[in-house]
Amino acid sequence: MSTPVLDVVGLAKRFGEVLALDGASLRVGAGEFVVVLGPTGAGKTTLLRAIAGLESPDAGQIRLLGEDAAGIAPADRDVALVFQNFSLYPGRTARQNLEFPLRAPGRSLSRAEIAERVAWAAKLLKIEPLLDRPARLLSGGEMQRVAIGRAIVRRPRLFLMDEPLSNLDAKLREELRLELRELARGLGTPVVWVTHDQIEALSMADRVVVLCEGRVLQDAPPEEVYLRPASPTAAKLFGSPPMNVIDVRRSEGWWVSPDGTRVAAARPGSEDRARIGFRAEHVDPWSGDSEGTVEVVEDLGPARMLLVRWAGESVHVLVDRETSALQGDRLRPGIPPERVIVWPAR
Amino acid sequence: MSFLRLEALAKTWPDGTRAVRGADLEIEEGEFVVLLGPSGCGKTTTLRMVAGLETPTSGRVLLAGRDVTALPPSRRDVGFVFQFYALYPHMSVEENVEFPLRCAHVPASERRAAVARVVEHLGLEPLLRRRPRELSGGDQQRVALARAMVRKPALWLMDEPLGTLDADRRGEMCEFLRAHQLEQRVTTVYVTHDQDEAMRLADRVVVMSEGEIVQVGSPQQVYDDPATLFVARFLGSPGMNLLPGEVRREFGQAVFRPSGSTAPIPLSTLARAGPAILGFRPEAARVGEEGSLAGRVAVDAFHGACRYLHVEGLWGRIAVREPPARSPGSGVGDPAQIRIDPTRTRLFDLETGRRLV
Repeated sequence: MSTPVLDVVGLAKRFGEVLALDGASLRVGAGEFVVVLGPTGAGKTTLLRAIAGLESPDAGQIRLLGEDAAGIAPADRDVALVFQNFSLYPGRTARQNLEFPLRAPGRSLSRAEIAERVAWAAKLLKIEPLLDRPARLLSGGEMQRVAIGRAIVRRPRLFLMDEPLSNLDAKLREELRLELRELARGLGTPVVWVTHDQIEALSMADRVVVLCEGRVLQDAPPEEVYLRPASPTAAKLFGSPPMNVIDVRRSEGWWVSPDGTRVAAARPGSEDRARIGFRAEHVDPWSGDSEGTVEVVEDLGPARMLLVRWAGESVHVLVDRETSALQGDRLRPGIPPERVIVWPAR
Repeated sequence: MSFLRLEALAKTWPDGTRAVRGADLEIEEGEFVVLLGPSGCGKTTTLRMVAGLETPTSGRVLLAGRDVTALPPSRRDVGFVFQFYALYPHMSVEENVEFPLRCAHVPASERRAAVARVVEHLGLEPLLRRRPRELSGGDQQRVALARAMVRKPALWLMDEPLGTLDADRRGEMCEFLRAHQLEQRVTTVYVTHDQDEAMRLADRVVVMSEGEIVQVGSPQQVYDDPATLFVARFLGSPGMNLLPGEVRREFGQAVFRPSGSTAPIPLSTLARAGPAILGFRPEAARVGEEGSLAGRVAVDAFHGACRYLHVEGLWGRIAVREPPARSPGSGVGDPAQIRIDPTRTRLFDLETGRRLV
């Protein structure tokens, strides 16, 4: 395998009492789009800032194309960081904002080269009509396009994106998500994209790195992270809704919850106690053998989400919209054994 | 008689901007109504006029049959939750939550019960003794919600109360809000730009655009039968697929021919021939061996419970909702044929954007 663009090994960083990073490792290959998914306080931003050289780690190593980054000044790392809060010069035009990184000392680009790069980035991001407008007059979505343009014009070897869509309207987020994924694919530049939004991670990533309390819980393709979370913690972090997780014991070929409900058929194995997980869309509302009561019904458009009191828990069940269900209805949830993930008991 | 009634409510800013252009709306007691729209559509201004925080330029607000348009916020009996919360820094979480009840001179035993209920719903028990500055932003927001919801006013008004929370907490909070509101039956008006939140929470959704109410209906109604192209696009993630083209009658059947495509798409409705825009939801289409639209897969977006394939052709680009498992021959760059369920197509007027059929 060729030298990865970025190789982070056992990174640790403490701020006073808080251990922001606790031995996090991550590797990004040429052209890869890696999403770091984690809740607030997971250490995502610290990780990006360390890669960019804005924080110095207490332990661990960062290698950029095989070279130890500790000896490379932030300005020379050739990585471009895009923040959540746009950070443009408000009084300057979009064009001036785009030109700024190209005029930095140490860059000897001609006027023509600068103009050419700005025009190229503006076209890719569809901001050509905005170029001569002051940044403060732009909408949030337009500002973030310019901010991303400012990263692109540099043609760095790596993009670091810190929740770039979080401050935008939901609809705009959805549009930019698709557009930026295609843009990255077209440029071929690898990306580390940090977010707490599961859909962003699943739909954009080649690989998802699940970060929690400064540690990597899982590093796998999106389908794997979604269908086979490495631990109950990883399973419960994400998903609207998160995976259903129940403590169970084995009894007569079944996984049985503490209140005695047969949750799912247990495959042969040695463990007597376990924690099992299953996704809302894998619950069949009628195939089980004990009753539950619908507590909440939510319309999601193409589907319907039910919160069902069953097995001593509130269990999420996703049904298609042809399935009618009202609050108070009785169901018999059942889960096919092949859809059940089994983890060791607590 | 409706519980909350807006009559031709309008607000024009001093610079001439017409933030709200005559909103008429009736809300029943106990209803959960969501005002939904993009930034600048007038939803927050509408809510603030109901709260009494903005004075309408014209029109009236009636609460329980009483004209409250001229009343100050304190005399309207409303509980208000903003996106940006302000907690009392010198009080603990518990004291913050209890504060509105103290102000209302609620007896101590009732106060304790009400605080316990809302605190449990929101999972705040471990934080009760802490001060606001010791909490994360998300936790502060939950405390602000608890404080607003501990009391039972005539009306809860909420302006993007979940806006600052992580996506994964937002789903959980939606469930809490819905369950708590169902239990307390307090009439609620809730503002958001997030259609997913709106669908999940609302008894009825009020879609706003450019200061006007465009459509009012149950989540299912606005999703299935959008009144305009704007609603069609705004609801759903991704929104409704929209293709310009022409309705024709061929061999006695109504078909739609998208611009840039030669193959006809069968329509089940008795549509009048002429130019129009065809709309259908991503889940009303499937990629398969044969279909009426031919193109190539441009984007393959895994969403967990499903997968969206974005297919491009000379006719434009559409999204198709597919099962989550990747099927052979439907990767990025592969040719794709799309079949559309004729019973789930909608037609819109090319000029006005209003729905025809």
